[in-house]
Amino acid sequence: MDFDYSPQEEMFRQELRSWLEANPADNYDADTFEIIDQEDRFQIKFDWQKKLHGAGWVGIHWPQEYGGRGATIMEQTIYQQEMARARAPGLANPLGISLVGPTLMHWGTEEQKERFVPKILSADELWCQGYSEPGSGSDLASLQTRAVDDGDDFVVNGQKVWTSFAHKADYCILVARTDPDAPKHKGLSYLLVDMHAPGVTVRPLVQISGDAEFNEVFFEDVRVPKAHLVGERNNGWQVAITTLMFERANFGMVYNLEPMLDKLKACVKDLEVNGQPAADDPEVRQQLAAFHVETQALKFNGYRQLTQQLRGNPPGPEGSISKLAGSELYIRMAHFAMELLGPYSQCALGETQGIDNGFWARRALGSRLYTIAGGTSEIMRNIVGERVLRLPKG
Amino acid sequence: MDFGFSEDQELLRDSARKFLDAECPTTFVRKMMEDDSAHATELWKKAAELGWMGILIPEENGGIGGSFLDLVVVMEEMGRSLMPGPFLATVLLGSAAVLAGGSDEQKDAILPKVAAGEWVMTLAQAEKSGRYDAGGIGMPATARGGDFVLSGEKLFVPDAHVADQMVVAARTGSPGAPEDGITLFLVDAKSPGVEITQLKTVDMTRRQCHVAFQDVALAGSQVIGEVGQGWPILKRVLNQATAGLCTEMVGTGQQALDMAVEYAKERVQFGKPIGSFQAVKHKCVDMMVQVENARSLTYYAAWTVDENVDEASQAVPMAKAYCSDMCKTVTSEAIQVHGGIGFTWEHDMHLFYRRGLASEAAFGSAPTHREVVAQTLDL
Ligand SMILES: Cc1cc2nc3c(=O)[nH]c(=O)nc-3n(C[C@H](O)[C@H](O)[C@H](O)COP(=O)(O)OP(=O)(O)OC[C@H]3O[C@@H](n4cnc5c(N)ncnc54)[C@H](O)[C@@H]3O)c2cc1C
Repeated sequence: MDFDYSPQEEMFRQELRSWLEANPADNYDADTFEIIDQEDRFQIKFDWQKKLHGAGWVGIHWPQEYGGRGATIMEQTIYQQEMARARAPGLANPLGISLVGPTLMHWGTEEQKERFVPKILSADELWCQGYSEPGSGSDLASLQTRAVDDGDDFVVNGQKVWTSFAHKADYCILVARTDPDAPKHKGLSYLLVDMHAPGVTVRPLVQISGDAEFNEVFFEDVRVPKAHLVGERNNGWQVAITTLMFERANFGMVYNLEPMLDKLKACVKDLEVNGQPAADDPEVRQQLAAFHVETQALKFNGYRQLTQQLRGNPPGPEGSISKLAGSELYIRMAHFAMELLGPYSQCALGETQGIDNGFWARRALGSRLYTIAGGTSEIMRNIVGERVLRLPKG
Repeated sequence: MDFGFSEDQELLRDSARKFLDAECPTTFVRKMMEDDSAHATELWKKAAELGWMGILIPEENGGIGGSFLDLVVVMEEMGRSLMPGPFLATVLLGSAAVLAGGSDEQKDAILPKVAAGEWVMTLAQAEKSGRYDAGGIGMPATARGGDFVLSGEKLFVPDAHVADQMVVAARTGSPGAPEDGITLFLVDAKSPGVEITQLKTVDMTRRQCHVAFQDVALAGSQVIGEVGQGWPILKRVLNQATAGLCTEMVGTGQQALDMAVEYAKERVQFGKPIGSFQAVKHKCVDMMVQVENARSLTYYAAWTVDENVDEASQAVPMAKAYCSDMCKTVTSEAIQVHGGIGFTWEHDMHLFYRRGLASEAAFGSAPTHREVVAQTLDL
């Protein structure tokens, strides 16, 4: 065990930091990013990923053979720290980088890896995740989208919903039923579907915040080459679970929580509670300290998980613990800010009279994303209870 | 002991619910949310015909001379249907201040217009500090002979953009105690020097405004009550308005709970209604516990306000502290019960969450009110 930064790691940090200072994201201002139009935000993230990729700064934890740097756990940590320090924007292909690439490296054929993986980092192909359906969310394995064998292809029919970024995606990881007669977990297959293929229709859905980042996706006689089947036919559930484990492990809650806590600490300095500086208020101090403790615990949980991954073990259900704890903490922090800010809490994004331009109300409004997307908190508890604690099934 | 509403009040509740179900479905609430003003004059007129604006106003001033508990019954239903617009601002802030401290001339001039639904009113109290106590009032009204000049800014003034008249709390004397030297003025919202800007907030069904006063000239006759003696009036008005807001929050929380329970019975996953899973069932019960606690605290607070008894100074902060937590938590949990669909714009649940957040923000948030409660505990 070692938490010190070695000279090489310090060099790595310095290299990245200098690069970030010399190459800021174009048209980007961290303070106003959330306020600008959704399309402009996408463009900034897209350009940023291209720029980073050009210098080899995307997916650094990926193995070198796939275009990553094979970064160590410490380098990966430093990377996150420096990105946060620079207040850099996100990337245009988050699902590709954290879910699709790692899943393909684990399950994909050589052809699939060669064909798909490089374009993930370069943002030449953006990805979405077609799992949930109107009738199948938590009970994912009950999904009804069909893929029927037809010569060299599967023919896909069905509907997905809540598909994040589908309106921008070139490809979709799709779970579909290939054997309707098998038990529900046994008849599924995992396909890589071209979102531009005939028969794919994407309808944006507006979210609680007013943004439209998730979608309904309809598949009508969409032909998917059999070469785009990942893993074995009817073994799609195993592949889908691998992706979900990456998703939950990579939910990156800490990278949301730490900056949020920093911002909360900063705004407490200017606030008053009951006529006293908020920073002197014992309850505020206790609460912020508790948030700090929990955030640090999550960070160290994350290091342990990352260590597992770097040792070559795919993430296990422990990822669910971080996702569960982090998402619930996020809500508590947002809600604490709501009560702390008094009347200012209600200021919406872009209201200049508001504290931090209405940042806080936006945090509260979006807070349920983390306890629902990627598997709800209730499902996380079921998974941990049944798979980690081996409690009997209900 | 009789801790319940009268038969008449239950009838009033039923008729309010029927009226609001018909006139104020969430499709209408959404329309108002996107409207320029969120003030629907049609609905306003109809509500006035039912006598709602005049419930607290005596018959001799054109009202129906009802009790605060009558109003509470109606407001719970308003909270349930998220009624948009300036009802609370008019009835429980602006006109309530005139009722509580105004001269007979002021009452005669104003209350009949409010009761008839002709005038919208509000109260300009909070400032940059965001405080709702006496110390939060700093904007000066400078005496010039018997008249005054008002200059400064008010924030989070509800519905000022549609108000005809506003009651403005200002400082006329250098304070010994913060409670001293506060004067309430009746100000025509269209007066020269008054500039009103709507704020962008989470709950656009009920607007908040920034109001700037630049050398606004006021006559001595615009003072409500005595010069320098505004705080006791304001405090009583705030207590009552806060109790009214709590009632709305109970209605909002109840409706979110009802929707969540309904959905938990219908939505099937793993071959069963999700409400059959203990995680969901217990969540719904925990929500209900909060709604019921909030209801009890609120009804009690409403009674203390109605009776104008000393207990109000503890009961109202207790209710507001608890309702703030309840309404935010219950509406947020109700989104959770709905899963993905709860996170959409299309589903109504976010309207309830938004109202919960905005209500929490008004008249002091939970920590402020808990501190007031703590002070009553002789610790
Ligand atoms: C912002 C956002 C982005 C998303 N992006 C994607 C995406 O890109 N791709 C994709 O495929 N999906 C995506 N989703 C969908 C997400 O995975 C589902 O919403 C989630 O799995 C829940 O499914 P559901 O919405 O059908 O809710 P339901 O499964 O109907 O759940 C409703 C409620 O019942 C509870 N519940 C259900 N079963 C149980 C049980 N057995 N025990 C206890 N409680 C239970 C749930 O916890 C929840 O509270 C996204 C969702 C959101 C909110």
